[in-house]
Amino acid sequence: MTQLDFSFLTWEVLSSFVAKGLWFSIQLTFSAMIGGIVLGTILALMRLSGRWWLERPAAIYVDTLRSIPLVMVILWFFLLIPYIAGPLGAEKTALITFTLFEATYYSEIMRAGIQSVPKGQVFAGYALGMNYKQTMGLVVLPQAFRNMLPVLLTQTIVLFQDTSLVYAIGAYDLLKGFEVAGKNFNRPMETYLVAAVVYFVICFSLSMLVRRLQKKIAIIR
Amino acid sequence: MASWDWQLYCTDMVTEEVAPKCFGAPGYETYLDAMIHGWGWTMFVSVLGLLVALVAGSLIGILRTVPNRKLAMFGEAWTELFRNIPLIVQLFIWYHVIPRLFPILDLPPSVLVVIAIGLFTSARISEQVKAGILTLPKGQRYAGQALGLTLPQTYRHVLLPMAFRIVIPPLTSESMNIVKNSAVAFAVSIPDLAQFALQASEQSSFVQIFLPVTLLYFISAYAINRLAKMIEWYVRVPGILGAK
Repeated sequence: MTQLDFSFLTWEVLSSFVAKGLWFSIQLTFSAMIGGIVLGTILALMRLSGRWWLERPAAIYVDTLRSIPLVMVILWFFLLIPYIAGPLGAEKTALITFTLFEATYYSEIMRAGIQSVPKGQVFAGYALGMNYKQTMGLVVLPQAFRNMLPVLLTQTIVLFQDTSLVYAIGAYDLLKGFEVAGKNFNRPMETYLVAAVVYFVICFSLSMLVRRLQKKIAIIR
Repeated sequence: MASWDWQLYCTDMVTEEVAPKCFGAPGYETYLDAMIHGWGWTMFVSVLGLLVALVAGSLIGILRTVPNRKLAMFGEAWTELFRNIPLIVQLFIWYHVIPRLFPILDLPPSVLVVIAIGLFTSARISEQVKAGILTLPKGQRYAGQALGLTLPQTYRHVLLPMAFRIVIPPLTSESMNIVKNSAVAFAVSIPDLAQFALQASEQSSFVQIFLPVTLLYFISAYAINRLAKMIEWYVRVPGILGAK
């Protein structure tokens, strides 16, 4: 049985190896969340537009990406993007990939959100003389967004966990930061354990926050 | 883009020689051989992982609904633990840490990967099973106990037969997820499809490797989905739960 020794993990070690990775994971999560929700909302509107030439491409895009492992999607983009946009490096590639990939999950959430708004709201919008854009932007989407806020945030926690898969293309994220520290001090077991604890603390506290938010929203409605 | 090189799949991965047969030629390991082999690993990890996940997830899901607070707390803690750590980190812990801390658990890598993926998924399944049991009217539980059934009997004969049928649709999508999640196993050098894709694409055109691999994932996830849909149809309760 091997003894665990965590004494090498000082603040200096953490700030020089891990902080950079944590910052990248957070950046990646936030930009993919914002980009994913915007793109996902557009995809959801396309699928609900009632026009086949908008519906079909959106449905194919969403269904295809959702049935492929994220690892494969990351590798595809990593190898394809250099052909299209020139070499971008693992970090930027990860940013593009996660935005495009998570948009499919956010789009399903937004689609359910839009469908949860009663039809009468749309009719009321049109009856007031609003056009499609105004009805969607001022009446339907704000309510859909609010109804789905807890689910969107839960998906963001999943997204944060998924960012650890950039391991496949060697981007320097939170997990990589711990791994590099572990290799440098020849203490891989300790760093993997601490990595697990850090991921757990972040994800668990975020999900507690989402739960509280859910209760708050439920009271107002 | 260059034209599609079909012969690539019949070429030996090391010697670059064309084998007499594309699949299973003695003395050769063609790209096709390696791909089918990798697919076998993917299915092995997925199916066994799903079994572990179903057994552990059902047990934990049931524990979370029993009146005993300690057992229920254990179930909650289990679920939070396995749900809030990324799969790849859990995999590393099962693969790099646990065998060295506990020599009894020094198992073959394939078993460790099955455990890691199975327990990760068990948290999600326990969530579905718990929700399934809690959607049943409370009267069912009381009725069972009023008839003199013990708590295990109430679960076995009253609650679970309904609850499991309710949770089959979400379990179907979970069974697809496990095929997709199994791709993470490449990180601990299990020779699965993703690992094959990474290795083979280093020595040849990546599109020619990635396209069939992606298709295989697609087909496998779809096949498991169809299978689960069939089970769903077979065990449906007539008259309720969207049964037609």
